[in-house]
Amino acid sequence: MRLLADRVGHRYGTTEVLRDIGIAIGGGEIVCIVGPSGCGKSTLLRMLGGLEQASEGRVLLEGEPPAGSLNPITYIFQDFALLPWRTVEGNIRLVLEDHKLGATAMRAIVDDVLERTRLKDFRAALPRQLSGGMKQRVAIARALAVRPAVMLMDEPLSALDAQTRELLMDDLVELWTRERFSACYVTHNLAEAVRLGHRVHVLSRRPGRIRETVEIDMPLAERAERAAELEAMQRHIWLVMREEARAADRELADAG
Amino acid sequence: MPDEASGPAPARAVAVREVPFRGGGFRPRTNSYVSWAVFAGLILLWEAGSRLGLISPIALPAPSQVLGALVDLARTGMLWKNLSVSLMRLGTGWVLGSILGIAVGLAIGLFTIARAALMQLTSALFAVPKIALLPLFIVWFGIGESSKIATILFGTFFPAVIATYSGVDNVDRNLIRMGQSFGLSWGSIVRKIILPGALPAILSGLRISSAIAIVLLVAAEMIGAQYGIGAYILQAGSLFAIDQLIAGVTILAVLGLLISWVIARAERRFLDWRS
Repeated sequence: MRLLADRVGHRYGTTEVLRDIGIAIGGGEIVCIVGPSGCGKSTLLRMLGGLEQASEGRVLLEGEPPAGSLNPITYIFQDFALLPWRTVEGNIRLVLEDHKLGATAMRAIVDDVLERTRLKDFRAALPRQLSGGMKQRVAIARALAVRPAVMLMDEPLSALDAQTRELLMDDLVELWTRERFSACYVTHNLAEAVRLGHRVHVLSRRPGRIRETVEIDMPLAERAERAAELEAMQRHIWLVMREEARAADRELADAG
Repeated sequence: MPDEASGPAPARAVAVREVPFRGGGFRPRTNSYVSWAVFAGLILLWEAGSRLGLISPIALPAPSQVLGALVDLARTGMLWKNLSVSLMRLGTGWVLGSILGIAVGLAIGLFTIARAALMQLTSALFAVPKIALLPLFIVWFGIGESSKIATILFGTFFPAVIATYSGVDNVDRNLIRMGQSFGLSWGSIVRKIILPGALPAILSGLRISSAIAIVLLVAAEMIGAQYGIGAYILQAGSLFAIDQLIAGVTILAVLGLLISWVIARAERRFLDWRS
């Protein structure tokens, strides 16, 4: 199954935030979207998942979701979006309860995703007892539980400190190496984009358009070791983005 | 040169003093021993004042006399008779008012139509002192129990409505969006995300409405009732039986404490997920 944005544009009132975006997500690849703040990248992600309606263009699903996928398009949020009154296990169960799976099947899925995200010991913990990194791991476990065909990740590491971010990036690479999931990964952090992305779309400032698309052929698992090459790529993306970011910075300050 | 491990030593020739600590205070804590001690101390002081003749028994009888009145009340069976009718009125009015209020508040929090139709109306009626409506309720429902229950119901309904819809309004929108993004049904989102998220506000609304309920109970019983704590207090007052009057007030205070304790228990039980 592929998820396609076909000439998507959007405006809030008179402000045009996105223009003529065409992207395709699928085939077990991670597509990163980077851009200056306010360029509409999170809006784009909400449209891809059907949480917001595009004012122009269409978001399309190509092909059928794989059998057994409970929620083909699944989000991972920046603020984790865990229910504070439910335990780790309860938060995972939340997204399964509507599917009438039966107690054994549900239990099996919960056990499986807790195992895959190494959260077994935290099954009964409440979100407030967990660090930011652990909370995001719970959110990843929850997303895996519904067997998504495409994961939409909205700045998933931006609320975390730099060290936790490194750890979780390693986790994501490991997870991808095992599961080969498809994802659209929105971030303002270029280091994350070149570490995780098979393709990086650089958006311009508002209205956001695709300024450039950078393909990164290097296997994800090798990227931690080949930092110098990534550094060059990151530098290139930054050069493309720098003017846009500077202009966007001034624009936002003007708009107040 | 001082060695590395011991860190920088203060220079010898310069005057050295410690940085004064200025981060203290502004963190009041509770201590149940102190609360009880203050309580007991006041009563002892009062008793002593009465015994020493500093407090006139006509103005304020001693705690021991009040206790005597309470014991009398219990022995004659009047305590239970007055308390049971009061509790029945309070319980029925408060429970019904709260249930209806939570239901309407939820509707205002969830549906545009209900919000447009009822929000302003609620704000307007919330400000009306409900005891002013008792005569109207007496005309409508008669002098019996219904008019008193209706007053309490009406008085507790509005705080529950307002607490509920503001609680629903304050539920984290991201959590609702998360529920939608996982394809949760409407009912699941309401039951598993919105209601638990609004529960802290609903419980604090119930705390407020319980106090309102006691005020209205006493007022309603003073206006037209044969039995009930309010009627008992009014009767004691008109007979200048100050000890009985204080006994009645004591019963109300205990009732208030009891309700507050029950709500605190409920908060601990249902809101233990908050830090």
